[in-house]
Amino acid sequence: MIPELTKFKGFSIKNLPKEEPLAPGHRACQGCGEILALRMAMKALGTDVIVCNATGCMEIVTSPFPHTSWRVPWIHIAFENAAAVASGVEAALKALKRHGRFPKNRHVDVVAVAGDGGTADIGLQALSGALERGHDFVYICLDNEAYMNTGVQRSSCTPFGAMTTTSPPGARSIGQMTWKKNVPQIAVAHGIPYVATASPAFFLDLMNKVKKAALVKGPAYVHIYAPCPTGWGTKGEDSIKLARLAVDTKVFPLYEVIEGKYYLTRKVTKPKPVEEYLKAQRRFRHLTPEIIEEIQRRVDAEYERLVKLSEL
Amino acid sequence: MGKRVAKEVSIAIADAVKLARAEVIAAYPITPQTHIVEHLSELVANGELDAEYITVESEHSAISAALGAVATGARTFTSTSAQGLALMHEILFIAPALRLPVVMVVANRALSAPISIWNDHSDIMAERDIGWIQLWAENGQEAVDLVIQAFRIAEDRNVMFPTLINIDGFTLSHVIEPIELPDQEEVDAFLPPFKPKYKLDPRKPLTMGPVGVPEIYFEAKKAQDEAFKNTRRVILRVWKDWAKRFGREYNPVETYRTEDAEVVLLINGSQAETAMTAVDKMREQGKKVGLMRFRLWRPFPIQEFRKAVSKIPVLAVIDRALTPGGVGGPVGTEVRSALYNAARRPRVVNFIAGLGGRDVTVEDFEEMAERAAFYLKKRPKEAYEMIGVRES
Repeated sequence: MIPELTKFKGFSIKNLPKEEPLAPGHRACQGCGEILALRMAMKALGTDVIVCNATGCMEIVTSPFPHTSWRVPWIHIAFENAAAVASGVEAALKALKRHGRFPKNRHVDVVAVAGDGGTADIGLQALSGALERGHDFVYICLDNEAYMNTGVQRSSCTPFGAMTTTSPPGARSIGQMTWKKNVPQIAVAHGIPYVATASPAFFLDLMNKVKKAALVKGPAYVHIYAPCPTGWGTKGEDSIKLARLAVDTKVFPLYEVIEGKYYLTRKVTKPKPVEEYLKAQRRFRHLTPEIIEEIQRRVDAEYERLVKLSEL
Repeated sequence: MGKRVAKEVSIAIADAVKLARAEVIAAYPITPQTHIVEHLSELVANGELDAEYITVESEHSAISAALGAVATGARTFTSTSAQGLALMHEILFIAPALRLPVVMVVANRALSAPISIWNDHSDIMAERDIGWIQLWAENGQEAVDLVIQAFRIAEDRNVMFPTLINIDGFTLSHVIEPIELPDQEEVDAFLPPFKPKYKLDPRKPLTMGPVGVPEIYFEAKKAQDEAFKNTRRVILRVWKDWAKRFGREYNPVETYRTEDAEVVLLINGSQAETAMTAVDKMREQGKKVGLMRFRLWRPFPIQEFRKAVSKIPVLAVIDRALTPGGVGGPVGTEVRSALYNAARRPRVVNFIAGLGGRDVTVEDFEEMAERAAFYLKKRPKEAYEMIGVRES
């Protein structure tokens, strides 16, 4: 086990940080699972951070000049390069510390934040480069499963069958025709010390994972499920319920991969049917029983694979 | 004073970056920029340059990482060519708007297609509007001097703009020239450490790169434009200081034998040296020919340029890039535009030469000067003429 992690006792209801590095007053939609997850992540990280934000919902809603929701240093350059910008920030801190131009003992966590499009599609190359080079940084992907900021277009993280504005169901289409790209597994393939999936429905687990990602030396990747009422056709007040359902149906399993070893952080022993999860969202309402069955089979197989990996 | 030694220009440029004490380098290899970044890697690997070298996976990430580094307060360098510069395009505009003073050397190369690794100016001419301070070097000594000057100019608190230096790929980057590298103490005395007023630092949080709503975007761009135009003062002051310390003069517009000239050739970059030979040859024959080149290309030195051409009858602008379907080559078009409202202006004749590594010879320059002289009496019919291209 990584020594930095063994020393970490974890957050509990009693010792939640009071700090809010991401201030209220942002312009996110009601029930936005993404801003909620980001708020928790930032609470876990604290204020000795530099945040590199990709273009996307979180960037837009937190920084309409002259307002800002950020109480920590924050930079936005473009859409596809959060990991590259973070690489530069991390390298600069190293050089400045060596040259006596930044306090040597002050640890600063460099954090890249991007959505699923900015991570799995347009930003995948920059992410892979930064993970491969071994920069000491945390990459947080807030996955709401489509390009929500531009009006709900499909990404490679959009789940099979989902309706988006560029994967509409029709006579020759069932909606999204491809299976969700597994970015955490891509991150694992880079041989980095820490990869995790997290959900805002399990907020202590989310905060602990983000904190662990920051504690390990080298690159860490945290993939966070982020319900989007606007894009998914769900009620704002149901976001957390839905996030919990995604875990309980095995659709979004929670796990950690520490130095290549898999740990299921929430074992689903009595899974709810995937249909329950799908039915709760307008983006899946066109799905036939046959397709729902196909999705169920895929979800079961994926989860089974994860269980096996965790038993290795 | 440093010693004059024979050095490949790319190697000398890397040495200049070392003398400037760059702290972060982010670069991706592309011919003909490679020797610069290879030598920088060596300097870092040997411990001769105490910098972080980020071996990024693309030019897009090279410039992105560079901006992250400079935003954190580190002196930062990058370098590229052609396709690499084009891949950076999106991010190039963001650097000046966020006032991030990175320094970049562009080893000028033709843009694809057909794919070509050889020299022309099509790469940089496609990036005229990025809002960077843009400089041209003619030879190795200038390249070295400009790199060191660029950090001081870019990082001046009254500037804070990214700055790039153009060097011709191969014809300058790969030649060995006698170059005087200043001593470290001399450079240290000339170039103070980079201390930006605003940077990413948890001790003093700030938001960099926010959304520009319609109520603010236009004003932000105007402020950027004003600040950019104002860099001129600092650039001139830095060059004055450089001349005092090192004895080499730099001007926004460089001229050669233009007094009393009837025809003046205008070409940027290293081929101005070939043109110089043509000018000397023609002068010996009693022909009144001169030469001019832009040292400072952005911000466009309109005052200096108008003054430099005010008494010239014909100006032959030689472009090393094409503006397909346009009204001339990029330099020709800009020069005409700069002169349109001038009280005194020369006739402007525009040639396109030396695309994709095609040699532009002394004879070619002589031919262009002769043709330009002919157009003193007769207006040219075409917006531009191509020189040195086979017709069949």
